[in-house]
Amino acid sequence: MQNKNAPTIAEIRTHGQLVFAGLFAGLALFLVLSYPGQTTWLAKTKWAGQPGLWPAVGAGGMLLLALLHMVRLRPMRVRAADWAESRCWLCAFEYALWFLIYVWAVPRIGYIFASLIFVPLLSWRLGYRSVLMLILSAGFAVAVVLLFKGVLDVKIPGGALYDSFPDAIRTFFILNL
Amino acid sequence: MDLLLSAIDVLARWDVAVALLVGSVGGVLIGAIPGVGPAVAIAILLPATFSMDPIVGLTVLLGIYGSSMYGGAIPAILINTPGTAVNALTTYDGYPMTKRGEARRALALAYTASFCGGIVSVVALIALAPVLARVAPMFGSREIFLAALLGIILVVIAHRGHTLIAAALASFGILLNTVGLEPVKYTRRYTFEQSWLAGGVDLIVVVLGLFALSQAFLLLTGRDENNKLEKISGGLFQGFAEIWRHKRVAGVSSTFGVLMGMIPGVGEFTAQFLSYTYAQRTSRHPEKFGHGSPEGLIASEAANNAVPAAAMVPLLALGIPGEALTAMMLSVFYVHNVVPGPGLFLYKMDFVVALYLSLLILNVLVLAFLLASTNQLIRVVNIPNRFLGVCILTLSFVGVYSLRNSATDCAIAAVFGILGYVLKRLYLPIVPIILGMVLGGIMEVKLRSSMNRVKTPLDFIERPVAFVIFCMIVVVLVLHVRREWREARERKRRG
Repeated sequence: MQNKNAPTIAEIRTHGQLVFAGLFAGLALFLVLSYPGQTTWLAKTKWAGQPGLWPAVGAGGMLLLALLHMVRLRPMRVRAADWAESRCWLCAFEYALWFLIYVWAVPRIGYIFASLIFVPLLSWRLGYRSVLMLILSAGFAVAVVLLFKGVLDVKIPGGALYDSFPDAIRTFFILNL
Repeated sequence: MDLLLSAIDVLARWDVAVALLVGSVGGVLIGAIPGVGPAVAIAILLPATFSMDPIVGLTVLLGIYGSSMYGGAIPAILINTPGTAVNALTTYDGYPMTKRGEARRALALAYTASFCGGIVSVVALIALAPVLARVAPMFGSREIFLAALLGIILVVIAHRGHTLIAAALASFGILLNTVGLEPVKYTRRYTFEQSWLAGGVDLIVVVLGLFALSQAFLLLTGRDENNKLEKISGGLFQGFAEIWRHKRVAGVSSTFGVLMGMIPGVGEFTAQFLSYTYAQRTSRHPEKFGHGSPEGLIASEAANNAVPAAAMVPLLALGIPGEALTAMMLSVFYVHNVVPGPGLFLYKMDFVVALYLSLLILNVLVLAFLLASTNQLIRVVNIPNRFLGVCILTLSFVGVYSLRNSATDCAIAAVFGILGYVLKRLYLPIVPIILGMVLGGIMEVKLRSSMNRVKTPLDFIERPVAFVIFCMIVVVLVLHVRREWREARERKRRG
């Protein structure tokens, strides 16, 4: 039985597997080495109640299994394609940064204004530069704010900018936008 | 009868009706858009449901979970791209049918097979509820510990070819759950003297990062696809007549879905695989499977749609989620002080039956919606992928930030988003991390409480249920090791 869409063994992206396994094993090694200083093993307490038991299971399991995984990948060698794949991972950092700037902006300029800038700007960055797409982006931003903050009453604080608004509209903005 | 009336009373509210409608329509839409999937939607909506009544919040999330697979069949059949991962098998026979001009027939079959799976599953579970109410109290601390351990083992070995890294990621999840202030002795674990780590790593932040943000990053760094869709002409009701001709396949596949759904960590893929293999072996035309066989399509869709309701069994009866989506729902229960486990079946049986009834109504709503609106609905397939990425990124903010209004949570979610992005690019599993976090926490608590009453290791399995689960663990491990050993020997022989 072969799935035409899911990756087959031959198609599974092998580039980067060894780099990831190495990074994961490195993290596991760091956690194991940190174990004595980051957990406590108490006297007069049964092993099952020790605060350090489950961190040991987690960190020890990570290291042991990551090393076994690397042994299994042993026939592979790190090639140029592996580094190329690793560079692709860095592309995600740009969008993580966009996300964090949005997070930073919301409590300052308010949810509605931050969204009205963020969504169309990111769409513009991705190449959606037609008027229709920009209107759709702005519409989506407004719809999300109205739905979640206005209707579903999700807890997102009002922006500091709203404090400079006249009393008549300030409360409305803080509560709904 | 009293129980049924009491359950109907729980559901007879306008907000539950709205939740059913939003969940069913929303789930179909989300399922029909390739690249979103129910996990992303549930992760985003989870914090929004915290302010709702448990039955309302859970109905929305269950609605999305249960109906997304209906929607996922649409792109699987029309453009050979599964809307959700579990619709992948639908492409085998659905798309070949579209290519030979039978798109309408394929869609009709997929909808009715899904409906059949959904209804059989809910009816079976309502019938099983009294049995579960008797069995669930037999599960004490040690039985729940062993069941959680079995769940982790099953999740890990379900990732064939990736078992070692899946186990390593589950260990990572177990470690993540321990970060912060330990709740019994109040010692710090892996906080690195950082105050923001003292409160621990929030499960929902990790879920949003691994599922929603990673998917946004994946779409944003990818390319838009140009899908060409043809209009579907004619009615879709013929599926009912055709599924009646294949009632054996539909019935058996639904049963596989129910059985596999109840086992933690197994879920849709195994159910589909077993159903599809069964249907092929017993068919008069096995050669047509993979080339547009109606039986293959029915087996796949009936099995995957029977799973969501069944997956609620270990969650509700034992408090053990079998996969990522039910793990997310577990947090909704806790937020509302509804603790899943044996007590729920003993003291809140009407709530449990109400949840099942809502799933029953949901299946009817979804089918009606699909039969009436397929032609309009298929347009969502054409939303550009990268624009979807922008939408998911914007919505993820709501999910993470609304939890505690914490920028730190958002930064942690972004880090897990990048991790999820890398894992998805490498086709490595994400689910073991989530289940490691959830089941690791359960195992820690249950082991601690059960060891107080255990003097020798053998005492741990002296009770019948504990012994049976222990035997299941041993059998599963032995079978897995034997299979691995055989495969290794085969590889060696082939050089």
